[in-house]
This record gives sequence, structure tokens and C-alpha cells, in this order.
Amino acid sequence: METLLECHQLSKHYGSKVALDHLDLTIERGRIIGLLGPNGSGKTTLIKLINGLLAPTSGTLLINGHAPGPETKKVVSYLPERTYFNTWMKVTDILRFFNDFYADFDDKRALEMLHRLNINESMRLGAMSKGTKEKVQLIMVMSRNADLYCLDEPIGGVDPAARDYILQTIITNYSERASVLISTHLISDIENVLDDAIFIQNGRVMLTGSVDDIRMNEGKSVDALFREVFRC
Amino acid sequence: MAWLLDDSRPIYIQLASKIQSDIISGVYKPGDKLPSVRDLAMDAAVNPNTMQKALTELERGGLIYTQRTSGRFISEDLQKVSAMKAALAREQIHQFLKTMLRLGFKKSEILQFMEETFEEES
Repeated sequence: METLLECHQLSKHYGSKVALDHLDLTIERGRIIGLLGPNGSGKTTLIKLINGLLAPTSGTLLINGHAPGPETKKVVSYLPERTYFNTWMKVTDILRFFNDFYADFDDKRALEMLHRLNINESMRLGAMSKGTKEKVQLIMVMSRNADLYCLDEPIGGVDPAARDYILQTIITNYSERASVLISTHLISDIENVLDDAIFIQNGRVMLTGSVDDIRMNEGKSVDALFREVFRC
Repeated sequence: MAWLLDDSRPIYIQLASKIQSDIISGVYKPGDKLPSVRDLAMDAAVNPNTMQKALTELERGGLIYTQRTSGRFISEDLQKVSAMKAALAREQIHQFLKTMLRLGFKKSEILQFMEETFEEES
């Protein structure tokens, strides 16, 4: 298998607080991966480092052999925890925005998905519910033909039906060339769509493996294992 | 509608046995074309790689076969399907008998109960 992302002894400190601690991690192409860990374990820090929003304190992070920068931003599609679109923007504005920014944006695919969810293109973001806003943003992010999709808590604020739709969207857009990294602590909701699980705690990788290997070896779901490992 | 999966066993094994029981019960007929991996994965709400693995498992057992360019088909080997059906039946009966014997029933009693219940239900 071909390596897509490689972290070597990656560390990130915020002042005296250590968020990532000499993390080693490899991600191959064609995988759907759950980045799982309790609050404050370093999930969002890792995703921000992948997207070049933070610089590492030490260690290396390579995507397709490049450090985060213009080259990698072309191939990484990022769904942040919070929406960053302005409330005055209409769906058409956002479509234009993504078309301008990303050469790999497929607006036909985006329109198809918007129509299927009955989202009107002339609607202003400010007039949408929180869940609808999250759907619009996910559609934009998944409509790029990227190599790596980084989704930070994509199912946090949506209802169960929308959550199913989001998972469907991820499965439908699955490609053998691309990988999807999903950070969440709602594991049972997404377990069936994952290839691999990465458990992180205190900025280190505790365990990685395929979901089916974990179930085979532990005789329990990844969700149950998580609850056991991270029992409070 | 997502398929019903339990928490303890590997997902691909559960997918394989669901498709297997669909073949045995005749949802898929011998020679039928199976939906694509992606469509099956969508239907089950699982990862396409996991579905792929389940199909590989069924292929190894000979219940389905791949035709190079046109997709996957249900085996036309009726003997294989009925052998699978018989194996499944034996497994179920074995489970049932184990429970009944543990409860202290004798063979004649079990058969009598079976007869009676069968009458009532049909």
C-alpha cells in the first residue's frame, strides 16, 4: 500500500502544555480511519498540524512527501470543528468560493448533494439551522477530489438522520486513492464505516489497528474497547 | 436501511453470513448478479473495504464467483447451495438440542413437543 501521510516523532507544545508527544503515525491510501481519543488527547491539534494551521514544535509531518504548505493544501480537504463561512453568504457564494480556491472542486457533485437534501442555493447561511449549516460545509468539503479528507467532529451537532446521511456521503465518495480521517468520540455511530482505528491519549498513539482485527482479538466492539481503555 | 450488526464479532463475518443466508433463503437466486460492492456497502451502511472482504470470504467458499468484467454472481451450483442449507439447518438443530437436553428433556419428549408446536403454528 502507498503511504499518504507520515508523522515522525511529531510534537506540539502550547507553552508548557504538551499536546502531541513524539507521535509516530502512518496513513495509507484508500482507508477510512477513525481518530479516537478522549477530550484533550490531541486529536484537533494533529488535524490542525496536518492542515498547516499550526507548526510543529519538533518532528516531521509529510503528506505525499511534502511538509504542510501550498502543495499539501491542494490535496487535503479539511472540515474544521466550527463553521468558518460568514452568515451573509448564500450557498451560491460558497460554491463560487470553493471553485476559486480549489482546482479539484467538483461543483456538479456539490449541487447534486445539495439538491438531494433540498437545500436551496439562494439561501443565506444565517437563515439555516446549525445542522443544515454543518451539512452544507460537509458537502463542500466532500465535493473536492482530494487525497486526504480531514473531518474534525463531523457528526457532533447533527440529528441521527443527518448523521446517517453524512456517513452515506463518506461511503459514496470513497475512492481507492483517497483516505478519510475522522476525529470523533462518538465511536459507535461510525464504527461500521471505519477501516482502521487510531486511539490517542496524552498526545501519543496508544493503539492502532483495523476495526475487524480489534473485534477479532478483543471480542468486543471498538466502542466497548474505548470505554474500557479510557474509563474515567 | 442499515443491516443489523452486533458488537462482538468482526463486521465482515457478519456481512458474509447475512449474504449467505440471503442466498440460502432464495432472496438471491442461482446465477443472479450481486449488486456492486459500493451499492452493497451503501445498503449495509458499512465501509466498502469491509464489504469487499466479506465477498472475498464468500467467494472462497464457492457461493459466489467473479466474472472478470461484469461483476459478481451467485453460484449456479445447486448442490453447493443445498449443502450449505443443510449445514445451516444442522447447526440450528444442534443448538436447539443442546438447550433442550440441558433443560432435561428426553428425545421422545422433544419430538412430541416439536410435533405439537408445529401443529399449533400451522
